[in-house]
Amino acid sequence: MGKRVAIIGVGMSKFGELWDKSLADISLEAGMYAIFDAQVKGKDIDGLIIGNMSAGRFTGQEHLGAQAADWGGLGNLPAYSVEAACASGGAAVRQAYMAILSGEHDVMLVLGTEKMSDVNQSMAMDTISVASDWEWEGMFGATFPALYAFMARRHMMEYGTTEEQLSMVTVKNHKNAAHNPWAQFQSPVPLEVVMKSGLLADPIRVLHSSPISDGAAGLVMCSAERAKEFTDTPVYVESSKQAGDTLALHDRADICSMSAVVSSSRSALKEAGLTIKDIDVFELHDSFTISEIIITEDIGIVKKGEGGKAVEEGLTEIDGKFPVNVSGGLKARGHPIGATGVAQIVELALQLRGDAEKRQVDGVEKAMSVNIGGTGATSIVHILGR
Amino acid sequence: MVGIIGYGVYIPRYRIKTEKIAAVWGEDGENMAKGLGVFEKSVPGPDEDVATISVEAARNAVKRAQIDPTDIGAIYVGSESHPYAVKPTGTMVAEAIGCAPHMTCADLEFACKAGTAAIQVCMGLVKSNMIEIGLAIGSDTAQGRPGDALEYSAAAGGVAVLLGKKNAVATIEHTSSFTTDTPDFWRREGQAFPSHGARFTGEPAYFRHVGEGARALLEKTNTTVDDYDYFVFHSPNGKFPVAMGRQLGVPKEKLEDSLVVRQIGNTYSASAMMGLANVLDIADPGSKIFMTAYGSGAGSDSFVIRVEDEIVKRRGEVPTVQDYIERKTYVNYATYAKFRRKIKALG
Repeated sequence: MGKRVAIIGVGMSKFGELWDKSLADISLEAGMYAIFDAQVKGKDIDGLIIGNMSAGRFTGQEHLGAQAADWGGLGNLPAYSVEAACASGGAAVRQAYMAILSGEHDVMLVLGTEKMSDVNQSMAMDTISVASDWEWEGMFGATFPALYAFMARRHMMEYGTTEEQLSMVTVKNHKNAAHNPWAQFQSPVPLEVVMKSGLLADPIRVLHSSPISDGAAGLVMCSAERAKEFTDTPVYVESSKQAGDTLALHDRADICSMSAVVSSSRSALKEAGLTIKDIDVFELHDSFTISEIIITEDIGIVKKGEGGKAVEEGLTEIDGKFPVNVSGGLKARGHPIGATGVAQIVELALQLRGDAEKRQVDGVEKAMSVNIGGTGATSIVHILGR
Repeated sequence: MVGIIGYGVYIPRYRIKTEKIAAVWGEDGENMAKGLGVFEKSVPGPDEDVATISVEAARNAVKRAQIDPTDIGAIYVGSESHPYAVKPTGTMVAEAIGCAPHMTCADLEFACKAGTAAIQVCMGLVKSNMIEIGLAIGSDTAQGRPGDALEYSAAAGGVAVLLGKKNAVATIEHTSSFTTDTPDFWRREGQAFPSHGARFTGEPAYFRHVGEGARALLEKTNTTVDDYDYFVFHSPNGKFPVAMGRQLGVPKEKLEDSLVVRQIGNTYSASAMMGLANVLDIADPGSKIFMTAYGSGAGSDSFVIRVEDEIVKRRGEVPTVQDYIERKTYVNYATYAKFRRKIKALG
């Protein structure tokens, strides 16, 4: 494949409970930072895609593409949102990647956004649950903490994964987020505090779970041949792959593995001509700490069943062999659902550019993100390079 | 200058421990009590309401002030649990303490700060010589939906403050308010229990309004935390006022005496005023007190108060806050549910 796609600008809003900002405020904030970073002009942008899961339920606003283009002063360009639950952000990046590869678009603004704190907690929980198989799971009270609790408990039974290991993922990701100015939680949390935090669904505790967050992330993407017009430090998309799985957890042969993650990561590595050992830094979807453990196994950092041990032994620490979620991940950076997949790419682009400041991993050449929807019914993998 | 010429409090005798409530809802009582900073809360008896509580507090205030009740020209009762939606609590208080009929009266509502709003109204009337003495009351039998976070703190109590110019036990040197439209907590007509915005009640509501309100009055009076001996903040639980103090740089020991919430819970319209009363019970003449009350919806009233020599003479005649805190009878959850009319079949 001759044509390539570059990421030439990145931007973020702060992640957290942003009581004094609206959905449009944070989307535009991230978009404008990305545009400033890319040094493109509004008229250079010929398309806009937004990753968002459920603005209609969380805030009452849909038609986000038109809103962002209008309020952002970008004029009458084609603009729309894409939804793939928690993988909506990754889907937006992949849509833009394909649109640019196809030649239909040249320079695109990609946003991911979610404003979750405008509704009360039970409404938020209901809205998140619609990403499960509603008729078989959500409607009966099988919330995501409950579904991931099934996965965690089974993983503990099959492979001896411990509550301490589930908690160590939290400790690691909070430690990393302390150096991320956009993160929702920028303070370390001790293991014993994680272990004693309230139970959501045994064995999953509050501090094993990503928070309810507001936030937006933005990218400017363009064809590789035009990238140097705008920036000296473009980052390239080496591959973008997506796979699916059954929506309901109970339809899977094995709930200790996400087959969509296995297949999308394998095909992404293959297309990029790389092996997992070539990847220098990872952003993996830790909506619950058990999902980070499962994904480290599914993408091949360690063998199945050794994900817990990997975090315990420091393999996935920022100075480990396979640094995972140096941004703080969903757990500590926050998880504004539609923004997450884009925020992962923002982090990896900064790492590749050497702009990640105190959380910079040395000598990053290749980076991988895994953004999943639901309990893994959607998996979107991106590999980026310099 | 307008001052507090008398004050009185009342706290119902019944208490329920936080752990008893937690046990019913499957929560860890010890953690809950520690986390909230509320270890037990007051429970009104079956024949107590805002009218009876206000009367008890008002009688104590009048007794302390040693005034003729007919000199009281205005009564304002601030509460979010007035027994009647239409018909004032204040008239019942006026008749009970013997200051009717040549006086004015109205009930106020501003969530937990209607009592301090009443103080401000009385200050204005006294200062403008429209009345000689005003009676401001903050009183509540707060409602908490069974199982809701509020159930652990929603308590009952009342504080009555007499405002006048003569023989003040404490002078109110300054007051100012900070008010916005912020929907953090509300109860509509006819609803039995309030609703709240969960975590929204923290940063954008309580902490913003108390913090900004307090800072504004400190700035206006050109004073700092060091100029005051005591601080009193509205105490929806034991955690918020302590966190507020930390944000404003208030040393712990200056806040400690106001934290009666730990033993009696959140008395809503009486909350900050109860903390103030506890401080007035012990403060030496010359002490300076900084108080900020908070009401959801939302606003804060801040006050700079100087304790006068007169206060020493007025002690010992009426029960103190501590006397009421120590006068207690524990009830279990079932009795509490009965007293608070939470048992549905009883109506």
